[in-house]
Amino acid sequence: MNVLREKKWSPYAAGALAGILLVLSVFITGKYFGASTTFVRAAGFIEQAVAPDKVASMDYFIKEKAKVDWQFMFVIGVLLGSLVSSWISKEKKAVAVPSMWEGRFGPSRMRRWVAAFLGGIVVMFGARLADGCPSGHGLSGLAQIALSGYISLICFFLGGVIIARMLYGGGNSHE
Amino acid sequence: MNELLAGVITGIFFGFIMQKAQVIRYDRQLGALRLQDMTIVKFMLTTILIAMVGIYFLLDLGLIKLSIKPLILGGNILGGLIFGVGWGIVGYCPATAMGALGEGRYDSVFGLLGMMVGAGIFAEFYPMLKRTVLTWGDFGRITLPAALGINHWLIIVILCAAFIGLFVWFEKKGL
Repeated sequence: MNVLREKKWSPYAAGALAGILLVLSVFITGKYFGASTTFVRAAGFIEQAVAPDKVASMDYFIKEKAKVDWQFMFVIGVLLGSLVSSWISKEKKAVAVPSMWEGRFGPSRMRRWVAAFLGGIVVMFGARLADGCPSGHGLSGLAQIALSGYISLICFFLGGVIIARMLYGGGNSHE
Repeated sequence: MNELLAGVITGIFFGFIMQKAQVIRYDRQLGALRLQDMTIVKFMLTTILIAMVGIYFLLDLGLIKLSIKPLILGGNILGGLIFGVGWGIVGYCPATAMGALGEGRYDSVFGLLGMMVGAGIFAEFYPMLKRTVLTWGDFGRITLPAALGINHWLIIVILCAAFIGLFVWFEKKGL
């Protein structure tokens, strides 16, 4: 089982395995990968605890009810799988600020955490407006040759490339 | 099999594979958006390539169903671009943020919290968006082969050739 202890697999080999996993998932349980709807359900749970009447009357929480479903468990599983993988390859370590970020914006944790929080808000607003994220639209959408998947994934990258250029500037200063 | 159990098992495998491919790291995601490191693109396109062939093969045998998200240009394009902007800042998409946390990259906690807030904000705006942006350019649940009226295997062969051509180009350029 040495291969499981390796720190890095080729992205092609890993991608092929993920592709087989997606096919098996569809074949066995009829479920396509996705992640962002779970954040709606999680937000629904939290808001329900504070204002149950309001949540019960909101269109979007009626559409995506606060409940634990296949995808909710899938998203939790991703965390567990990554934890196990990094554990057995001894790569698990606490990282507060990514190194590329630190190289550009300095070691301030507060700056990185505030940016991650605000970026997270924008990411999820966009994902829900687009009706999917790189898992649902990207992997599952493109695997089904859905036009919505292609348009959305192209826009994910287009928006991301523009912002990355604004944040880091042009050129190949990395490494 | 129990749906929730299937979800967590599938997620564990997916998280394990993504950690091994190193695609859950901020540096890899920004590397792609800065057009310097195509690891995540290689991973995603290989997953899509394998899954596309498998899914359409099983579909032709009548063993599975597709689950196509509707093409709504307003939502897919605007939402996609907004997602990209946030993605360039937080450096994680929803699934990879969970994976990053599993690996110990705890700046993703703030990204995940932001994503839950973003989902809540979207729910507030949903009634208004449903009447406006989400009605612009609604073409329904459509695939590329259906839109073009061409046999899906012809499209699959063309897409596979295009993906492999990209891979060859990435490797030649050392991306």
